[in-house]
Amino acid sequence: MLIPSILRWFATCLSGHRVPAGLCLALLGLLVGGCDSVWNDPYPAAERGANILYSSFVDRPKTLDPARAYAEDEWAFIQQIYVPPLQYHYLKRPYELVPHGAAQMPQVRYFDERGKPLPDDAAQKDIAWSEYEIHVRPGMRFQPHPAFAVDAGGRSRYLTLDAGAVGRYRTLADFEATGTREVTAEDYVYQIRRLAHPRLTSPIFGHIAHYIEGLDALGKRLATDYAKAVADYQATHGKADPGYPWIDLRDYPLAGVTVVDRYTYRIRVRGVYPQFVYWLAMPFFAPMAVEAEQFYAQRGMNNGRNLTLDWYPVGSGPYMLTVNNPNARMVLERNPNFAGETYPAEGAPGDEARGLLADAGKPIPFIERVVFSREKESIPLWNKFLQGYYDRSGIASDTFDQAVSVGFEGQASLTDEMKAKGIALQTSVATSTFYLAFNFLDPVVGGESDAARHLRQALSIAVDWEEYIAIFANGRGIAGMGPLPPGIFGFVEGEAGVNRTVYDWVDGKPRRKSLDEARHLLAQAGFPNGRDAKSGAPLVLYLDTVSRGPESKSVLDWYRRQFAKLDIQLEVRLTDWNRFQEKIRQGRTQLFFLGWNADYPDPENFMFLLYGPQARAQGGGENAANYRNATYDAMFQRMQAMPNGPERQAIITDMVHLLQADAPWIWGFHPKDYSLVHDWVFNLKPSKMGQNGLKYLRIDAERREAQRSQWNQPVRWPLVVLLLALVFSAGLARRAWRRRDLRLGRAGT
Amino acid sequence: MTSYLLRRLVYALVILLAVNLLTFMLFFVVNTPDDMARMQLGSKRVTPEAIERWKQEKGYDKPRWHNPEAPGIEQFTRTIFFEKSVRLFLFEFGNDIDGRSIRGEILDRAGPSLALAVPVFLVGLALNVTFALAMALFRASVLDLWGVVVCIALMSISSLFYIISGQYLVSKAFALVPISGFSGGWDALRFLALPILVGVAAGIGSGTRFYRTLFLEEMGRDYVRTARAKGLPESAVMFRHVLRNALIPILTGVVAVIPTLFMGSLIAESFFGVPGLGSYTIDAIQSQDFSVVRSMVYLGSVLYIVGLVLTDISYTLVDPRVRFE
Repeated sequence: MLIPSILRWFATCLSGHRVPAGLCLALLGLLVGGCDSVWNDPYPAAERGANILYSSFVDRPKTLDPARAYAEDEWAFIQQIYVPPLQYHYLKRPYELVPHGAAQMPQVRYFDERGKPLPDDAAQKDIAWSEYEIHVRPGMRFQPHPAFAVDAGGRSRYLTLDAGAVGRYRTLADFEATGTREVTAEDYVYQIRRLAHPRLTSPIFGHIAHYIEGLDALGKRLATDYAKAVADYQATHGKADPGYPWIDLRDYPLAGVTVVDRYTYRIRVRGVYPQFVYWLAMPFFAPMAVEAEQFYAQRGMNNGRNLTLDWYPVGSGPYMLTVNNPNARMVLERNPNFAGETYPAEGAPGDEARGLLADAGKPIPFIERVVFSREKESIPLWNKFLQGYYDRSGIASDTFDQAVSVGFEGQASLTDEMKAKGIALQTSVATSTFYLAFNFLDPVVGGESDAARHLRQALSIAVDWEEYIAIFANGRGIAGMGPLPPGIFGFVEGEAGVNRTVYDWVDGKPRRKSLDEARHLLAQAGFPNGRDAKSGAPLVLYLDTVSRGPESKSVLDWYRRQFAKLDIQLEVRLTDWNRFQEKIRQGRTQLFFLGWNADYPDPENFMFLLYGPQARAQGGGENAANYRNATYDAMFQRMQAMPNGPERQAIITDMVHLLQADAPWIWGFHPKDYSLVHDWVFNLKPSKMGQNGLKYLRIDAERREAQRSQWNQPVRWPLVVLLLALVFSAGLARRAWRRRDLRLGRAGT
Repeated sequence: MTSYLLRRLVYALVILLAVNLLTFMLFFVVNTPDDMARMQLGSKRVTPEAIERWKQEKGYDKPRWHNPEAPGIEQFTRTIFFEKSVRLFLFEFGNDIDGRSIRGEILDRAGPSLALAVPVFLVGLALNVTFALAMALFRASVLDLWGVVVCIALMSISSLFYIISGQYLVSKAFALVPISGFSGGWDALRFLALPILVGVAAGIGSGTRFYRTLFLEEMGRDYVRTARAKGLPESAVMFRHVLRNALIPILTGVVAVIPTLFMGSLIAESFFGVPGLGSYTIDAIQSQDFSVVRSMVYLGSVLYIVGLVLTDISYTLVDPRVRFE
């Protein structure tokens, strides 16, 4: 009876009238009692217990068109929607390509310059063309989409709409009918032609046109024809019209890509390019229905509605995009027309013990819907994961200690708090490398002279990446011995793979050489004690970087300390990203920090970063250090076209040894990816190559619901306290007011 | 009044033209069309031909200010500045660099921004004025002293602290509302309760102190003494006289802010997952999207000018001595 009495007293103070105690009790009861459900669930109540996976994204995708998308956050969506001919085996490591849209792995045939077939073991120099024959899996169907809708007479319903008719539709859901059709070889070929379309500006066109016969010529022809079509379109509709003319690419034959029959097509590639099959696992080579292009190209579709292929993909994969609000929420739903794929029956050693083969042979996907919510900040994302509202999460630096404890030997394990929640830790070394590059065009640190090489070697010893990884990456990484990260063919573990320029092998593990050895090398380079032996001037090196802000300051201070170990002054030149890139393109840097994520799991994709003809300053390629070594280049050319095997391994080992001695990069580190997953998520195996893994995941929605309910019971007493505090304050204020008026003798006027 | 508004309209056009010019100059001092292309095409395998194609497709292949190769007036109209800027005056914003309609984005994002900003503004204003009145009423008392101390303490805390501690306490420890997210309809209340609470709390220190100063200044005037000498109750003195006369400086700050509420809040929207306009401009600057930057700067300028005109108009409503001249 105490609380109602207090409430009644406050109410009396407020109004001067008695308030029914029942009303106060009802209010209090609502706060103290209430229903049992959780209050902080960010999802609609109707979704509770449903077979839905909840995930997040940080940056909104720029485009979802498979001819244009090349970023990880774009592929996270479209890899679930589009079906390229090949994919990476979900479980096997090292990564292995398997058929996806293709019925089997492509068959390769070789031809000489005159078109004469060559045997499979023909010498590389004799091979002028490689021809890939791809058989498309019959029975694949596109997702339901208005582009395929037909009327009773079999005519397309929505492919010849005028601007007025288009104006009636705001979203795809407004179209009354949808349809589908089977995916054929023609759809795969159509997409390859799209790579040459000037409107799409495919990021791989410049690279792939060098290989696919006729693609470059098609690009030029399309550029001319499209410019004319645009001029005609603008003459008709005005320059301000946001629409664009549609060109039917079926009218543009491509010499190197031909349809053989309904389910077969061939791609002819210049010379020997074994890495081409990796491109066939990317969305650039997924099928595109001509109807989809024609549908979105209709005038008015992109006029304020965003009805374009960039935002509404039309695929044949396990999922289709049904909600596209890149500012808040993207939703993938199971494509009802997807069938014919099952969970893999074999995996890597240990996968069975980890339960990753429990669903072997079952049809996929298991999950009906995947909801991606945009979370720009790491703190809300982390807290929602802990509350059970996200099924998996990465680990940001500021929450690392809360999630992971690192033992004396560097082994990572979950904290007790995480274990209590049933959270599991997944780690994998990324197929990436980060490095500090020397510009080979620089007169001090670059070039093939012994002095420059000794200077680079000395610095390679001094810059302690193990310390960097411990301080700035929470131990999430391994120091690089060369350009190749673990998991890529050619990487050698243990003593055989250690970088002898920088490390000694002691007690079964690499130990960084002493600073005395680095100083000795520095003296050999002509800079004893960090000073020019001739002039006595201190050695000053320059690091160009875009790192700014308080967080970067500690990293830059760390760099300075590393160089100061050898009495070398490091000047940091802060710049913005544009100027930074420009300086690298022009070869006007001395030292800079860069990274590389593999496109595909082949050593060529890392070794080419130091291939002479790829020099950025001379040829605009990916060799940002402008490293040139004729021996290395010759070995690269041989290695590039070889299949994986002992011979290739031997060449790669020689190349890596050459690089370790030349030290064009200070071999930085290969980051380790740590991610956390709740115990109601099954079949999750991290993969840096195949991003189409959603179809393999399975969840126990009932368990998730129970855990969420247990972890998120609302604590109601703060509301009661707040209410009482408000009432108390109001009562006090009123009383003080009345007293003041009484004291001043002006009450009741 | 009509002539005043017409005059302001003419001034506004000149200001908007200047803002447009300045935005264009500043943007292209930092970014070149080549930089924009590289940002969009990514850093891998980009060829000079791809950059040229991108610029051509997006209309950045022309000279910026003056096109000497074009005939006649087209020397100025066939330029990036003219083609990208002139349609702004008709509020035709075009598409962003990713091909999404800027008008559509603004309309989609304005609702969530307003849903957060308007309650924070109104509730904050009401509480600030109430607390300031109370402190002014009990000036030089213990309540006033501690009130000022609390206000200074509240002002000294970073808004980020309010957000993070609010999310920790209310959403995580007490599990009362979602930490972040947004939804349409009445369900939005669940998501907006915390950001509104945090927004109001973060502004209460500075707001209350500011209004308290205004009220104290008014309370020292002769007419207040006269009102008290007449024997008016303190409530009448405060609400009928002090509050009313303090409205002009309040309006100066408040009315000008109203249109800009539309532009949203950068930090709050980001942390609470509100898909508003707050981060639209920042995102555009980071992605070097000139179309969005110019549109948002233009819109911000228009709204600011509208706010100032509304402030002038509101003066005449609260103070009959003010006339348009």
